[in-house]
Amino acid sequence: MTSPALSMPLPQSRSRRGSKIAWVPTIILVIGALYCLLPLYWLVAASSKLPGELFTLPSFAPGFSGGIVDNVVALSNYRGGRYWLWTFNSFLYAGGGAALSTIVSAAAGYGLAKYKFAGKNLVFAFLLGAVLIPGVVLAVPQYLLMSKVGLAGTYWAVLIPSIVSPLGIYLCRIYAAAVIHDELLEAGRVDGASEIRIFFSIGLAPMIPGLITVFLLQFVGIWNNFLLPFLMLSDERLFPLTVGLYTMLNAGTEQPGMYTFIITGAFLSILPLVALFLLLQRYWRLDLISGSVKG
Amino acid sequence: MTAPNTPTKKRFRAVHPFVPWLFVGPAMLLSIATIVAPFIYAVIMSLRGVKVAGGGLGRREEVFVGFANYLSAAFNAELWAGFGRMLIVGVITIPITLGLALLFALLLDTPRVRLARFSRIAIFLPYAVPGVIASLMWGFIYLPGVSPIRELAANLGLAQPDFFTRDSIFWSIANINIWGGVGFNMVILYTALRGISSELYDAARVDGCTELQIALNIKLPLLLPAIVLTALFSLIGTIQLFSEPTTLSPLTDALSSTWVPMMLVYRDTFVAQNLYGGAATSMLVAVLTIAASVLLFWITRRRSAGGMA
Repeated sequence: MTSPALSMPLPQSRSRRGSKIAWVPTIILVIGALYCLLPLYWLVAASSKLPGELFTLPSFAPGFSGGIVDNVVALSNYRGGRYWLWTFNSFLYAGGGAALSTIVSAAAGYGLAKYKFAGKNLVFAFLLGAVLIPGVVLAVPQYLLMSKVGLAGTYWAVLIPSIVSPLGIYLCRIYAAAVIHDELLEAGRVDGASEIRIFFSIGLAPMIPGLITVFLLQFVGIWNNFLLPFLMLSDERLFPLTVGLYTMLNAGTEQPGMYTFIITGAFLSILPLVALFLLLQRYWRLDLISGSVKG
Repeated sequence: MTAPNTPTKKRFRAVHPFVPWLFVGPAMLLSIATIVAPFIYAVIMSLRGVKVAGGGLGRREEVFVGFANYLSAAFNAELWAGFGRMLIVGVITIPITLGLALLFALLLDTPRVRLARFSRIAIFLPYAVPGVIASLMWGFIYLPGVSPIRELAANLGLAQPDFFTRDSIFWSIANINIWGGVGFNMVILYTALRGISSELYDAARVDGCTELQIALNIKLPLLLPAIVLTALFSLIGTIQLFSEPTTLSPLTDALSSTWVPMMLVYRDTFVAQNLYGGAATSMLVAVLTIAASVLLFWITRRRSAGGMA
């Protein structure tokens, strides 16, 4: 603290390494990290155990008798490989839904940020107002309407309601306003390009980092969704992982022999998202949500 | 490239008035189809009911029943008990989640903290775990015979906690929500903190402020808008509580099939096949959510306006 350099405003003083370590904050943060990680570690340890070992071995000790292999085999054999089908479905819903959602949000955000038109504020309020209506409340009428048009129980029943994302539109609008220069769009117009072409060839490129954030948020939202597919789908071949694992748990609570491979299923199901997080960390631009865009 | 000193008026060359609608159109149409239409449909359904026409074996027909569904929902003690249970979970969950998120965000932003990157990623990681999977995992961690916490208590010679009593279940569910929610809120608050110019702190440090004083007197007030945002997310999340108690219910008798309002809606609509009653209850939950969101905004806006004066 007494370093003479402190009297000068250092732009990077926050990341500067001082001689003393701030122990109390470090320890509290590590305790927080352990609270978040230990249950996940327990999931890994339990996945490595044979069904009997779950009740006999110490909780946090992994099993070394080939439990993980047995569990994955048992999981793969569960109802003729349903688990992998559910995994595929989760990727389909989350990947397809997030991709469609990102395109729709990007177009809407761009339209709202880069054009002046009558009713623009009304459109924006309308699109954002939807965030007030809780998704859970909509799920039941969405199901009823979907069954009216004969789409309940199909892939579309889960995909279509996942496309509109008020948060995504909001983020795209502030991002487009911040990063797309009007001069570039104007140059495109002078060159005689159509408005659609200008959007795709000039507008979209600078928006990509923001769009990846929107894609990721929506991907996680759909991947984690339970109620919508739970209501919409009755054919277990269309289930995503969340609904599939819930039905597995429902069937398995009376059979302790099933516990380890249900746990293994839970463990494997979170690997894709964890990988997505760790690999694409720099795209988790949550500062967009709290409203500060710095290009 | 146009010259940088182009007058701003010229920015928007006259494009065909239809063009902007090309961009906002898809979002508008989808919003109408998947949000507005179901909402209106739910309102209509909630005002209708089934009447059996012409004696015992008569034809069942749908009729307008006014507010009858709302009345029976409002007099359904189970619904209010569900709201009460939801409220208890919320009262436990929201302050602890936001308190921890704020604490961790401020600590991450403190100079000379070690392992900050590791802690930040570790605390954010549960956000990647779906509520159903988190409930399934915690369900086993709570389950007698498997629970590592009960094992630890037994090894230490302590009384083994029971996570599935009618009282402890509130804490057990709150814990799942806290575990899943702290990281997301922490990152929102932390990124908001990073956006504050560090020159503010340097000036305070020169004046002899401790890091704690800086956190409480400079960072906390500036974080207020972000805190409101995270509170709103948590509040809406609590009202929509469904997957956690539903997933835990196969593991314990402490959770009824109508434990929270949305579980009651599900049971009414799909198990009891009472679409009309379910729609009315849905609307009550929606109105409550909207009212709570608006109220929160109103309170905080009033307070921050008062603070400015």
